[in-house]
Amino acid sequence: MKRFLGFVKKEFLHIFRDFRTLIILFGIPTAQILIFGFVVSTDIKDAKVAFLDLSKDEVTQKISDKICSSGFFRRAGDLENYDEIDLVMKKGKAKAVVVFGANFGVDLISQNKATMSIIADGSEPNTATLITNYLTAIVTDFNREFAGSSLSDNLLVQPEVRMFYNPEMKGHFMFVPGVITLILTLICALMTSITITKEKEFGTMEVLLVSPLKPLQIILGKVTPYFLLSFINVIFILLLSFFVFDLPVKGSLVLLLAESMLYILMSLSFGILISAISKTIQQAIFISFLGLMLPTILLSGFIFPLENMPEAYDWVSAFLPPRYFIVIIKNIMIKGTGFLYVWKETLILMIMTTLFIGLSVRNFKLRLQ
Amino acid sequence: MQKIIEASDISKRFGETQALKDISFSVNESEIFGFIGPDGAGKTTLFRIITTLLLPDDGEMKVLGMDSKTEFKELRKNIGYMPGRFSLYQDLSVEENLNFYATVFGTTVKENYDLISDIYSHIEPFKKRLAGNLSGGMKQKLALSCALIHKPKLLVLDEPTTGVDAVSRSEFWEMLKKLKQYKITIIVSTPYMDEAMRCDRVALIQNGKILSIDNPEKIKQGYSRKLFSAKAPEKYKLIDALRKYPETITAYPFGDSVHVTFTGDKYDSSIYTYLGKLGINDAVISVTEAGIEDRFLELMNKAE
Repeated sequence: MKRFLGFVKKEFLHIFRDFRTLIILFGIPTAQILIFGFVVSTDIKDAKVAFLDLSKDEVTQKISDKICSSGFFRRAGDLENYDEIDLVMKKGKAKAVVVFGANFGVDLISQNKATMSIIADGSEPNTATLITNYLTAIVTDFNREFAGSSLSDNLLVQPEVRMFYNPEMKGHFMFVPGVITLILTLICALMTSITITKEKEFGTMEVLLVSPLKPLQIILGKVTPYFLLSFINVIFILLLSFFVFDLPVKGSLVLLLAESMLYILMSLSFGILISAISKTIQQAIFISFLGLMLPTILLSGFIFPLENMPEAYDWVSAFLPPRYFIVIIKNIMIKGTGFLYVWKETLILMIMTTLFIGLSVRNFKLRLQ
Repeated sequence: MQKIIEASDISKRFGETQALKDISFSVNESEIFGFIGPDGAGKTTLFRIITTLLLPDDGEMKVLGMDSKTEFKELRKNIGYMPGRFSLYQDLSVEENLNFYATVFGTTVKENYDLISDIYSHIEPFKKRLAGNLSGGMKQKLALSCALIHKPKLLVLDEPTTGVDAVSRSEFWEMLKKLKQYKITIIVSTPYMDEAMRCDRVALIQNGKILSIDNPEKIKQGYSRKLFSAKAPEKYKLIDALRKYPETITAYPFGDSVHVTFTGDKYDSSIYTYLGKLGINDAVISVTEAGIEDRFLELMNKAE
């Protein structure tokens, strides 16, 4: 045990001595959260909205006034026909267009039901989501007032939201889960694989092997500091996203942290596996990036929605652990679901972890080659 | 006397390269046993087999009475190993390196301080300095201290003096000699032939084969020819000229002179005329005693 602790202490010294390691550990998460966070601005103010009013009655007038007086939106003009929608959006004159169908007011009063459309510029997906959410909220508010004044329960204006240019809108509102996944993958797999191959490259591994340290002690000694630091990192990212961007964890925090630990363990064992098969640091970095980082970024649904990909990529991504972890944290953090909704993904991650640990212990050489 | 190492017919090949071929030798207790040979002779491979880091393809290696293949776990506790590149953590300080190795081997610096005090006292004033910022000689001393900290029975030093200045090299050999009183057996490899004289016994190794094993004095005496020393201010011109001389067998630079052998172990005054023609007028040739290097060169030439 004393040997093991001595080893862990040495690893911590390595980490805290190396400026670059510290930057990767704490600088990159902060930077990523801040960058993603500010790109995804949660405020809208004076967003330009155009109106296509085919009914031009009292009700539509009321709704559009309500929208424009909310402080969030500014009237960008009134359109005459559907063709102009595309035009104002392409010119950037409006971020969204509100369309009232013909006979809107009459329908509302006679049938207790009327339909309007909100068309948003999906090329800026985050803004578009916000705009449609705000607009929908305003219309709902109007419903309540209108229903109250006419003493009827079923009077409803149903906004129908459509996105132009990017109808899916998926994968963009989840930068925190994405960043957590990316950071954990980076720190755990890349850093562990580097630190172990570094010992090989500097020849210190030779002495460690000749020492009475057991392979498991060497591996655990290498992994423990990164396990702790990664865990601190998760908490750090969650705090940062909560305090800077008001993004709370909707589901169980304990579950989220437990799942994170599982994923950290998975990445660490993958890192050890990488180091077991690579002889130099360069090789380790190469394998980590090509084998893990790129697929994580491209194929795990972090940036590009999996639903939009050809089926073949979907199959490839089925073998990538980050894919499952993103689903898990997205569910817990954003949707607030419990374990029942993520048990399948958790099970897959557990199987992968066991597999990687088994492989890396098997591949850890007791001798040189 | 107990044999510390018994190697019989050790062979090792890496792909196409035969690194070691039928190597047999034994090392006695408290002996300083040297392996002398050029780069690529197979010294490091052999040391890695001794330290259980590599397995031989053929042959048997017994170290401290244990089989290096099956009893490697127990064996590893009793070996102090200093690899060719000093295995120090560059980003840890002198003190931290030493403490780390002590903990890993289940001991403390305090416990075995007597053993290393002679060596460590040289670098102790710099104990807060990072190992990466030490000079070659200091790194070597630190690496030796680290390899000794658990009081191993066998100390394996792979080219400990390579890349270290002459004074430090000499100091280093003095330290090794002092370790004998602790009954520590030392095997050491070096590409420097002059260091062979410092060992109790040496093995000359070339192309994966041992050419000769004996104590250095005996090896020296094995020199078969009469050796002459030639001197001239322009040494390289002299070597060149001597090598072209028909009666010359070998001519090697040695310090500020040239060691030459001639057919029939003699030369006559015609050599001065020959040298004179080539513009070397002030050459002096005299009989000299062969050193261990001369014998090594002879053995190596014979083997080729």
